[in-house]
Amino acid sequence: MIRIEPRPQPSRLMSYLSPLIAVALTLVTGIIFSGLVGMNPLDAFHAFFIAPIDDLYGLGELGVKAAPLMLIAVGLAIGFRSNVWNIGAEGQLTAGAIVGGGLALLFYQVDGVWVLPLMVLGGAVGGMAWASIPALLKTRFNTNEILVSLMLNYVAIFLLSYLVHDPWRDPDGFNFPESRLFSDAAMLPVVLEDTRLHLGSVFALIAVVLGWVFVRKSFVGFQMQVAGLADSAALYAGFRRRRMVWIGLLVGGAMAGIAGLCEVAGPIGQLLPSVSPGYGYAAIIVAFVGRLHPVGILLASLLMSLLYLGGESAQMELGLPSAITGVFQGVLLFYLLAADMFINFRLHVVTPTVGAASGKAAS
Amino acid sequence: MKSITIRKILLAAATGFMTAFTSLAASAADPFKIGFVYVSPIGDAGWTFQHDQGRLEMEGKLGDKVETKYIESVPEGGEAERVIRQFASDGYGLVFTTSFGYMNPTIKVAKRFPEVIFEHATGYKSAKNVGTYVARFYEGRYLAGIVAGSMTKSNVAGYVAAFPIPEVLRGINAFTLGMRSVNPEATVKVIWVNSWFDPGREREAADVLIAQGADVVTHHTDSTAVVQAAEEKDGVWSVGYHSDMSKYGPTSHLTAATHHWGSFYTKIAQDVLAGTWKSENIWWGMKEGMIDIAPLNSVVPAEAAARVEEAKKQIIDGSMHPFQGPINDQDGKEAVAAGAVMTDDELSKMEWYVEGVEGKLPK
Amino acid sequence: MTETVIGILLATLGAGTPLVFAALGELVTEKSGVLNLGVEGMMIVGAVCGFAVAAESGNLWLGVMASVLAGTGMALVFGVLTLTFQSNQVAAGLALTIFGIGLSAYIGLDYTSVALTGIANIHIPVLSDIPVAGPLLFSLDPLLYCSFLMFAAIAYFLYRTKAGLLLRAIGESPESAVSLGYPVIAIRYLAVLFGGAMAGLAGAYLALVYTPLWVEAMTAGRGWIALALVVFATWRPGRVMVGAYLFGGVTIIQFHVQGFGVDIPSQLLSMLPYLATIVVLVLISRDINAIRLNAPASLGKAYHPSV
Repeated sequence: MIRIEPRPQPSRLMSYLSPLIAVALTLVTGIIFSGLVGMNPLDAFHAFFIAPIDDLYGLGELGVKAAPLMLIAVGLAIGFRSNVWNIGAEGQLTAGAIVGGGLALLFYQVDGVWVLPLMVLGGAVGGMAWASIPALLKTRFNTNEILVSLMLNYVAIFLLSYLVHDPWRDPDGFNFPESRLFSDAAMLPVVLEDTRLHLGSVFALIAVVLGWVFVRKSFVGFQMQVAGLADSAALYAGFRRRRMVWIGLLVGGAMAGIAGLCEVAGPIGQLLPSVSPGYGYAAIIVAFVGRLHPVGILLASLLMSLLYLGGESAQMELGLPSAITGVFQGVLLFYLLAADMFINFRLHVVTPTVGAASGKAAS
Repeated sequence: MKSITIRKILLAAATGFMTAFTSLAASAADPFKIGFVYVSPIGDAGWTFQHDQGRLEMEGKLGDKVETKYIESVPEGGEAERVIRQFASDGYGLVFTTSFGYMNPTIKVAKRFPEVIFEHATGYKSAKNVGTYVARFYEGRYLAGIVAGSMTKSNVAGYVAAFPIPEVLRGINAFTLGMRSVNPEATVKVIWVNSWFDPGREREAADVLIAQGADVVTHHTDSTAVVQAAEEKDGVWSVGYHSDMSKYGPTSHLTAATHHWGSFYTKIAQDVLAGTWKSENIWWGMKEGMIDIAPLNSVVPAEAAARVEEAKKQIIDGSMHPFQGPINDQDGKEAVAAGAVMTDDELSKMEWYVEGVEGKLPK
Repeated sequence: MTETVIGILLATLGAGTPLVFAALGELVTEKSGVLNLGVEGMMIVGAVCGFAVAAESGNLWLGVMASVLAGTGMALVFGVLTLTFQSNQVAAGLALTIFGIGLSAYIGLDYTSVALTGIANIHIPVLSDIPVAGPLLFSLDPLLYCSFLMFAAIAYFLYRTKAGLLLRAIGESPESAVSLGYPVIAIRYLAVLFGGAMAGLAGAYLALVYTPLWVEAMTAGRGWIALALVVFATWRPGRVMVGAYLFGGVTIIQFHVQGFGVDIPSQLLSMLPYLATIVVLVLISRDINAIRLNAPASLGKAYHPSV
């Protein structure tokens, strides 16, 4: 008989191994699946994991897609570590795009080097402003931040839709709901020639480093971690829960806002009714797959983007429907979550005796 | 930032891949490759479904001379550019981008791939290797309006619409003009659901319109929910959109304004194959078979059916245009003088309601 | 005028019912101390399975059963992850939603242009002829009646039965329940599975009654709204009903406002149901005691019997 029992200490080895185990199991599942539908597993593997990044442009795209995920997930992880459940990154991203993009439209005819930094700042402020709503309601009225931040996602998207349908519509755009294209001064420069890899990817890497410093080296980071581990312990230590809520949400909001600005001033280049293909939600997964650790998030965001790109190339090369991508993302997460158990627990083989069974009930 | 050496290695690797790829592409006498970029899944039962039917029809007609691939659910904005470019760089000679939001990405990619031909649906920007195409949906709407105008007893029709963009407004206005051409008392109520794709909301909007007195409902959204909502109510008719939706409303479905892309896709592919293609701004309508209306419900009186038939003939031979004056706007002011006809340019920017549409135009 | 009001109320009932099913199910799950954020995923898999089975078999009720089973199956995956493998409930729930949306799209590939006549309304003889009350109460569809029954049954179960008391006790403190010898994990499994079955029913309502069709992503965020409703209702079944109809009602009313031609941008009107939810959430959570009294104290925390 096999019994699950807690480890005396979390296993470091398992926390590194479990993502690898999960990826391996997902691959095995993929191979079985492709066998079932009569496909050559090697072709499928190639289409999903090799074809999307077999040239420089593809690698650039991997970065283009990973950058917003990385930015948002690093920010969210800081909140998640202290049990602040901000699932409103999609709305904060949109708010950042609105404020930052709005500045680009405001200074449309101005050609100054300060335009872009101002926009980035605007993106951060927009995201923070949107995140401050659940923070305020949580600290002042004890309102559940999961739900408020989630509801605000819808509100932000409707707000953006309103803006591009009316006040911010391109005057020469045949009345289609789009803003005008940003001027060159308002666009993030490309950092790798012949690709779309833009300055946002550099921001994302900086965010990873800062996130790491925050978590590992700063006192606030330590406080927040303690607060996350046990509310009461944090109270005894005199740390203020409210402060954690504010920091968790504002940091997450700022990062998401910058990510939103980077999307509109990067690959998109204007404001559209919808500026994100769900980065705000996908980043939550990235944060968890990355184990809420900045380096883990770096890797997880690359893996997640590869899955997206792979889904597209699998459609092209194998004619697989786009639905498959979602299924495999889900499967990967399931395996990862299941494998994570072995960080804190281990399997213990016991001989089936009456004593063992009753011992369990009594413990 | 990446160091120079890594960049060099990447570039070298990329060049290697590209050379290998080009030689591979050149060696085989493959069929002509055509790519389609879709905004929603092909199973959306509306817009994308119709385009995919067109793709299949073209494949059927041209046989093994062509090979087509599609990528579905490609979000408008930052993602589209990669997908379009993927087709272009993978040796596809012709790429159809089938949603308005693909306009700027299509133009961008087209600049980099001057030898590849692009066709973008419903946009207004073209280039030497980018043509645009759109259907005169309003012709079908006008005829459907005639049917609705002859059947309504309450003289109120309900219109469930997605977003106030010119294409949707042309549809609403043409439907209203058609209705009032046989029934000057008729008015049209519009509800905006702010989504192309949410059957629940579409049905709720239809319920509300019916409760407010509409006895004919139609929609400019992607599901069949509006037709089904009418089917459940006694004495309420429906007019479908996209395709013949009579199987969803066997008793209530009067007709539908339908669009068909097969002959257009076939023609463009043939032109490109023959080397006679040139960039054009194509508006096809009933004359070319891109627009039609579904067979009328048998309850439609013969007299009304005859009027529809006559109007159809006149539209096809050019003796009548749905947007020919005199047309008043909502406030009763003359918008198109008697004897004048709105130009395609004016039509493509339309942002006002004709007389008979209730409510203010949201922007 | 009366007809318009009846129309609004009927439409509100219809719009609220999928939320009622999903939110009541989630309420039971949460009362046991488990937070399942995967409602949207369970609901949409329920919808597609129900539709597919009904289309293949021609039997709508077989479809409803399939929805329930599919929702339960999805919940089982969640249960295994969070209850057996002790995973983080928030992450597992989100993963379940992503998986469900993908899976439903895959299952539904062949069913997008299939037409189905939905489950018809039941016109109770005589009673349905009563003015006003007749159309509002006595000629509704059977699943709507079923939602009333489920509400009554759940309210009775939670507050009037010993089993309900036990469920709530486990949600409060699994440690003390286990020390009294109750199988905490097994009971939580049942609560999770029940939540899945109800989310499946919500999917069935959408795909077989409300809009008898299948298109990808047709639940369009209703699962998330259901989650919000549970907190909104401070974990009380009666308030779940009120909340669901309120949310449905605000949607319907904003459409009416549009239909009457009021000059407010429709996007701003579309925000209303979400803003209303936030406002009510704030009003409710201001009273910390109400939350403390009703919120399961162990909600969202993994529990392992031998810890």
